[in-house]
Amino acid sequence: MASSIQATDLDIYYGSFLAVHDVTMTIKPQTVTALIGPSGCGKSTFLRAMNRMHEVIPGARVEGKLELDGTDLYGPGIDPVTVRRQIGMVFQRPNPFPTMSIYENVAAGLRLNSTRIAKGDMDVLVERSLRAANLWEEVKDRLGKPGAGMSGGQQQRLCIARAIAVRPDVLLMDEPCSALDPISTLAIEDLINELKNEYTIVIVTHNMQQAARVSDVTGFFNIEGTGKPGKLVEMDETKRMFSQPREKATEDYVSGRFG
Amino acid sequence: MTTTAPRSAERAVDTPLTTVPRVGGVLPRWGTWAVLAAAAALVGGLLALVGFSISLFILATALLFGVAVYLWSRVIEGRRRAKDRLVTITVTGAFLLALAPLVSVVVTVLLKGLERFDPMFFTYSMSGILGPGGGAYHAIMGTLIITGLAAVMSIPIGLLAAIYLVEYGRGRLARAITFFVDVMTGIPSIVAGLFAVALFALFVGPGARLGIMGAIALSVLMVPVVVRATEEMLKIVPNELREASYALGVSKWRTIVKVVLPTAVAGIAAGITLAIARVIGETAPLLITVGLTTAVNLNPFAGRMATLPVFSYYSYASPGIPREAFVDRAWTAALVLIIIVLGLNLIARLIARVFAPKTR
Amino acid sequence: MNTSTAAPKTTTSATRPIRRPGDRIFAGAAAGAGVLILVILAGVAVFLLVQAYPALVAAPEELPTPSAGGEGFVAYVWPLLFGTLLSATLALLVATPLAVCVALFISHYAPRKLSQGLGYLVDLLAAVPSIIFGLWGLAVLAPLTVPPTRWLEDNLGFIPLFAGPASAIGRTMLVAALVLAVMILPIVTAVAREVFLQTPLLHQEAALALGATRWEMVQLAVLPFGRSGIISGAMLGLGRALGETMAITIVLSVSGGVTFNLISDGNPATIAANIALEFPESTGLDVNTLIATGLVLFAVTLIVNLLARYVINRRRDFSGAN
Repeated sequence: MASSIQATDLDIYYGSFLAVHDVTMTIKPQTVTALIGPSGCGKSTFLRAMNRMHEVIPGARVEGKLELDGTDLYGPGIDPVTVRRQIGMVFQRPNPFPTMSIYENVAAGLRLNSTRIAKGDMDVLVERSLRAANLWEEVKDRLGKPGAGMSGGQQQRLCIARAIAVRPDVLLMDEPCSALDPISTLAIEDLINELKNEYTIVIVTHNMQQAARVSDVTGFFNIEGTGKPGKLVEMDETKRMFSQPREKATEDYVSGRFG
Repeated sequence: MTTTAPRSAERAVDTPLTTVPRVGGVLPRWGTWAVLAAAAALVGGLLALVGFSISLFILATALLFGVAVYLWSRVIEGRRRAKDRLVTITVTGAFLLALAPLVSVVVTVLLKGLERFDPMFFTYSMSGILGPGGGAYHAIMGTLIITGLAAVMSIPIGLLAAIYLVEYGRGRLARAITFFVDVMTGIPSIVAGLFAVALFALFVGPGARLGIMGAIALSVLMVPVVVRATEEMLKIVPNELREASYALGVSKWRTIVKVVLPTAVAGIAAGITLAIARVIGETAPLLITVGLTTAVNLNPFAGRMATLPVFSYYSYASPGIPREAFVDRAWTAALVLIIIVLGLNLIARLIARVFAPKTR
Repeated sequence: MNTSTAAPKTTTSATRPIRRPGDRIFAGAAAGAGVLILVILAGVAVFLLVQAYPALVAAPEELPTPSAGGEGFVAYVWPLLFGTLLSATLALLVATPLAVCVALFISHYAPRKLSQGLGYLVDLLAAVPSIIFGLWGLAVLAPLTVPPTRWLEDNLGFIPLFAGPASAIGRTMLVAALVLAVMILPIVTAVAREVFLQTPLLHQEAALALGATRWEMVQLAVLPFGRSGIISGAMLGLGRALGETMAITIVLSVSGGVTFNLISDGNPATIAANIALEFPESTGLDVNTLIATGLVLFAVTLIVNLLARYVINRRRDFSGAN
């Protein structure tokens, strides 16, 4: 299932404003890649460009190449809607659909697309997704209850279950723990470790310890000043990035000297 | 207390205004109520001598109460507190005064309307009725049909236009629509009626009176209300839900139909109910587009129809003989109308509360 | 796996994303509905103009002449316009101070728990159909005003407003204006209340921390902040009062003519009331004339409403609140 992603000379614009400049990176299947960097450095923008979510904002566009297993995601004839089915996303704040029950939330990806699926198969899929998100034991007795009634950490795992229920190849996570308490954060981090066996995961985080804990590869984004585009400064194995980075800026950042 | 001595400029800056917290007198808790009771008793007593009038009693009591509290407080608590008390009394009095018409309207309509609030009123038309008896069955049906038609025309337009403004609209077209919806909100109802008249004068010929004309006039009034209400509700749907849906690979229109609208549905339904309540009592546009009949006409595409507000108006404004029979029917029609309108308002409240997205 | 190597740019960027048929149909329908609203409004203007045109160009003696005697459309519409403006202005003068007090009561004086319910009660006032206010005005309010207007005539008759002779049944401009005031009160209150509730808590607490009484706090923080809200609310109320039909039709005893006398039986009609009164019996050019007066009413309310919106929008730009 897991796929690789290749970005080549990727520029991302909002209107005429160049937000991210000239990013080239390879993301291997079944790895966890962490994107770190100071606020406004374009790491979230880059993440959103990877499943064409940034197009939701009017005027946003990209130049360059972004490939999923060799297919150009921005090529002519590619439908952003199908891209997003292959590349799922989990957001900063848990956002379960308030009108739906826990069960319906997990089933949402298929239901909203009116995919025909037998009730029994759907039950299996929901259970499997919830189990994969380490949530099944906690919610199996109240699947019909609204998702909004759970704790923040549970809601976030529900969102992960919802994302993996559509069986994507890649899972993008945009600071998935920044709104959660330490215990819920730990639960999510454990989950990420398990999920990487099946998915390629890219996670944006502000928390360097988290990047060090969960990721195999880390990319450091930086920005030279306000109004300047964000750039990928350095990308390497996480261990190396945190012990002996090549760039001075990386070292300053991971050692907490700025950002 | 220490600052009463004349101060030089430096002293005014250097010395604190008061070295000890000011402990002045304070009116007792029961003070204002006691004054109110005393004022009422005094005014009541005086009026009893010259002839009692409820409105004069309330007015004089309120005035006396305000003045008395102000003076008492001024003596004991000082000018600033006294002024504060006076304003509190004024503002509270203004609120009670504003509620008076509402209470008076409801009581009046109830008292006068109950006279003919009988089964006959709901089952008979005025066909062949010259004096007492008869009913407003034809008018009730007419009101329901015409308002229903208006709703059927305006709800889809209003909903879709609001969806356009919130979900798609950018640039000049959206700005133009927003602006002209504002303009439309301000159209006087009689002008909406004239529009329907002018429209049908061109296509059907002058002097036409049809139910559908009334429905079109009401639509002109209803569309902007539906747009505004829906817009408000769609705007408060968090963007995160749209993004969550997009990220699941759901297309935009399905996201709108299956995520955004269900999240906002309670508010939208409440808004639409209020919009219906607003137009169901409209009289002026129906007066000039639909007219009135005495018999039942359920076909909005052929001839005049009766509607409750117009029925009520004509029964009161140009009664037959005996006058009381007509006036009673006018009030009962008003009562039915007010029950419908207030009922719709209540339903809107309930919808908004009961069907709001649950969190538990 | 490394950063920028200066390779030649491959600009693929299919900037225009593919739209699925469902999306295209739905977006088209939504935009269509929006355009339809524009078309309807244009229709209102065009059809009214077309139907009003014959009256505007007709020879003066052909027009109906309830008051001014064969002098053309302007002479026909002027007393009506005067009545419209007089009744609406009076209503506004009565309703605005009261509405500000009511809004203040709901936003700052009523117990917190009650204030929402009380606001709802005032909103209910706006829901009552105008025909019912008309009936109420005639049956309840008009008789109530008879003794006071007599007194006004006797004691203040030297003021043109109260010249009299006082009406014996109370179908006066005064009562019409009072009924209108009751009808626009909830509109002005609603706008003012919203703005008062938005007063930054910080300003209010700052005032209270200086030792201000509640009234001084309201004076210092709430009223200055809410001023434009009061103005725009009043303008919206005025717009409503100008176009109000049935209450005036029922309450006001009309004889035409321009007068400031508020307490007599001889009053100018308003444009809207005149249409409601005359239209059912009119044919031919009379109908065109009435439509032309409607056009005048439309224009006046349009200007008032646009001014109100302008004030609201300008406030939005300056206040910093969303």
